[in-house]
Amino acid sequence: MNRIGNQTIKFNNPPTILETASIVGPKEANGPLSKYFDKCLEDEFWGENSWEKAESKMIKEASNLAISKSNLPISDINFCLAGDLLNQCISSNFGLREINIPFFGIFGACSTFAESLCLGSILVESNAANNVLCSVSSHFCSAEKQFRFPLELGNQRPQSAQWTVTGSGCAIISKTGQGPYITHITPGKIIDMGIKDSNNMGAAMAPAALDTLITHFKDTGRNPSYYDGIFTGDLGYVGKEILTELALSKGYNIKSNYNDCGVLIFDKDAQDTHSGGSGCACAATVFSGYIFNQLKEKKYKKILLIATGALTNSTTAQQGESIPGIAHAVSIEI
Amino acid sequence: MNSTPLDTKQDYQNYVNSKSPNSPILKNCFNAFWVGGLICTTGQLISSYCQYKGLDQNMSNTIVSIILIFITAFLTSINVFNKIGKFAGAGSLIPITGFANSIVSPSMEYKSEGYVMGVGGKMFTVAGPVLVFGISTSILVGILYFIFNI
Repeated sequence: MNRIGNQTIKFNNPPTILETASIVGPKEANGPLSKYFDKCLEDEFWGENSWEKAESKMIKEASNLAISKSNLPISDINFCLAGDLLNQCISSNFGLREINIPFFGIFGACSTFAESLCLGSILVESNAANNVLCSVSSHFCSAEKQFRFPLELGNQRPQSAQWTVTGSGCAIISKTGQGPYITHITPGKIIDMGIKDSNNMGAAMAPAALDTLITHFKDTGRNPSYYDGIFTGDLGYVGKEILTELALSKGYNIKSNYNDCGVLIFDKDAQDTHSGGSGCACAATVFSGYIFNQLKEKKYKKILLIATGALTNSTTAQQGESIPGIAHAVSIEI
Repeated sequence: MNSTPLDTKQDYQNYVNSKSPNSPILKNCFNAFWVGGLICTTGQLISSYCQYKGLDQNMSNTIVSIILIFITAFLTSINVFNKIGKFAGAGSLIPITGFANSIVSPSMEYKSEGYVMGVGGKMFTVAGPVLVFGISTSILVGILYFIFNI
């Protein structure tokens, strides 16, 4: 493992993504990617009496599912890296309190999944671990409750608003395996272009995605056409268009092979999700379900996952602070 | 297209504004107009019926409020009012229905935190500012009314 360029890490013995698992809520189950998810829930409570409990259950069950799919005994998983959107990452803490694996709670807002893949692959490559579990979750109802208004409040959402994905996505990174391999990671910087509108997260995060994207290309000497697919986490329709245009203005044409997980997961018109999906589970479930499947079937051979996060909370938003963005890139090849 | 929208925060804000889709204002206004009108007409019908039955103006108005608040609370509880609100916007928000919805919805949302600190403590999180500034304004107007009528 060595650093190349300004902020990219190249793995000499690239860690394998051994297995993934995804659980999603009913709205995601009705979306275009339905068939790629391991489990689709019929309602948002999943037999629990609060949304927070339901979210904990999702991350717990998705983690267990990933482990059982990998055929590894739990004792072979050396570390768990997990995070979510609720205060103090409480869904992960509660959901994984019985899993009995050394645990790091991490927070990168909606970029947490890519953050966990970055840190997990460093742990594996450095010989600190043989297998690492990366898990994240988000829940539309618990996120709305924490960040916005009660669900039953009769208000209107602006067109640029996004819909938090209900679900959990997990991946197991392993020292040995047949790929797909994590070959490079480009951890991003916090970029704040002063956007204050919490109903326009895509615009707030797009500059961070742009910075990480361009840095990744400069550090690795690659260009957009190197990848079969470039996927951002949850820029949504608004952020996707901004990133595409800004990248082009900087000399990188990503039009033909770029898409956004928030755009892919919902049918914008039929599901009334405005600018698309968001939340930790957006990038995580789309990767664990759809993209990982396409890599396994060799429909994609080289992809770049750039999960994006809006580093805000409801207090700073009310205090009129802007929304800093972050984006971490993970290059995955078979 | 602005060639350097990332130069300053203001440039980026302007660029984002040009890229963000606007709400369908005409459609929203139209829906707000007719739904709001329908709610108010319903209120007027109830009021007129009460007066026809021999109640005075004040009592009739109180009954209108009670009935509209009950209907809203009921529709909120069965997850219907948020759909009306999404469709009608200010049309259902401005009449007393919006106020009732803003109290019932957090009560439902925070029931999982218990009846005292959950339902009781959070009931006015949305409606609180309306009450504070509504009551403050009425006091202010009352004082002005008092001064100019001496």
